[in-house]
Amino acid sequence: MNNISNKAAIVGIGFSGFSKDSGKTELHMICECIKAALDDAGLVPPDIDGIVKHSDDATDEHSVTSSRGMGNLTYFGENRWNGAPCAMVLRAAIGVTTAAANYVVIYRAVNEASKRRMRGSSRNMAQLDTGDLLQWTYHAPFGLVSEAGRVAMIVRRYMHEYSINSDQFGWVTTVCREHGAKNPDGIFYGKPITMKDYLESRIIVDPIRELDCHEETDGAIALIITTAEKAEKLKQKPVYIRGATQSQVAGTEERKGFYRPAISDLPEMKHMGERLFAMAGVNPRDIKVAQLDDSFAPLVPMQLEELGFCDRGEGTAFCDGGNRIRVGGELPLNTSGGCLGEGHIYGVNHVLEAVRQIRGTSSAQVSDADLVLVASGAGGSTSGLILGGSR
Amino acid sequence: MVMEYIPGIPILRPYIDLDNQGFWDAVKQHKLVFQKCKDCGLFVHRPRPMCPRCLSTAKEWVPSEGKGKVYCWVNFVYANAAYPGIKVPYPVVVVELTEGVRMISNVHGVSQEEIYIGMPVEVVYDDVADDLTLPKFKKQEV
Repeated sequence: MNNISNKAAIVGIGFSGFSKDSGKTELHMICECIKAALDDAGLVPPDIDGIVKHSDDATDEHSVTSSRGMGNLTYFGENRWNGAPCAMVLRAAIGVTTAAANYVVIYRAVNEASKRRMRGSSRNMAQLDTGDLLQWTYHAPFGLVSEAGRVAMIVRRYMHEYSINSDQFGWVTTVCREHGAKNPDGIFYGKPITMKDYLESRIIVDPIRELDCHEETDGAIALIITTAEKAEKLKQKPVYIRGATQSQVAGTEERKGFYRPAISDLPEMKHMGERLFAMAGVNPRDIKVAQLDDSFAPLVPMQLEELGFCDRGEGTAFCDGGNRIRVGGELPLNTSGGCLGEGHIYGVNHVLEAVRQIRGTSSAQVSDADLVLVASGAGGSTSGLILGGSR
Repeated sequence: MVMEYIPGIPILRPYIDLDNQGFWDAVKQHKLVFQKCKDCGLFVHRPRPMCPRCLSTAKEWVPSEGKGKVYCWVNFVYANAAYPGIKVPYPVVVVELTEGVRMISNVHGVSQEEIYIGMPVEVVYDDVADDLTLPKFKKQEV
């Protein structure tokens, strides 16, 4: 396959501490993160000539560029929706491999916990959801408004078709919090939970419990991408982009599809995985660690099935007891804690953690973590990466 | 039980355009219609400008029997994850109509404990505002 595989690499990372109240503006946080990422890579601000951001981010490339003393940009743009994190890396890789830019920074900065709350008022909810007015038309008047509600709908059907009890999803959160408890930068450092905690947590949208849901977080992350050749001359061990793709299929709706023949699966994720493994020239059993979309815990077993780590309907059994998905198991998941155990930086923290795993600097390090899969945007517009320590 | 919309908080309204106006106009007159392709006969919901199967733009609004089954359901319990203008708890259902299309709606007259996947339902009309009617469902009388 003629593609960008192995032609670009992540060379710098910078991140704020994750918290419930950053005490800073998003712009402040992201300026610090970009500085940290430049220092990490051994670059200076004028080296950056490309920026890829998230369309929901409160900051823009103009204010970021002028605040950071960067030079002239030749490449900039943004990605949308929950599937943006890996897609932003893809976009950056396209930029550097086509020589549209030399060094591209991607970033995400959110004050979701302290200021820009997504939930709790009709105004904010309308702002959040009107990105897809036509889908909104058939959901919102009936009260189907929150992401928890839309996820609950596909999860109910998944439970129905595969005879799954919602208690079984608790292992995902328990293991993510176990990993997050080891992560000094996360909001749940030193705070693991037990299955008993999970089972006692309140229902949010039946069948979704509170401990199935990501934790609202303040924080920011910046990553710098360049070509593989340039990467090999910089400070850090390059983290090569072995595979990168977005995925949308017939019937994909941004906020979960309810009109296609089945709603109990994630066809975008299946399509994404097939393409990703082909690009990277590897298969699921080669993957040492995976950072999956855990914005809601039940999405994790569904992704394990779609990505070929287990058979259809076997995802919850794979997670049962946690031994196969914790560090030391056959496929450790979300080793920073992910959105459930580290913080909700909308899945960009999953890309960050994949880099730390390959560098060998994770707080829950997996030995020989030379191939890491990242997935974002389960159930809607999806994207994914396979990152590697060699090419 | 009936969905209780809380006075003073605006009801979230459909975004009506040239492609879906027929659906909402019919609902206002207490009729349920679906878009049907004039060429291949496929029923389509949500309404779209072009048939996703045969790519025809020739389409018509065809009355629905208004009957179907609950395909899936959830129950909004926690207010911060629900719409503030509707009293919690409130269930939301996906109904699969006999025409083969699905729609999001609510079920009136039953408690959440009584809702199950496969439950037969039929359409009722909820005049939620002077100028807005929503198609809802009730348990089908056998």
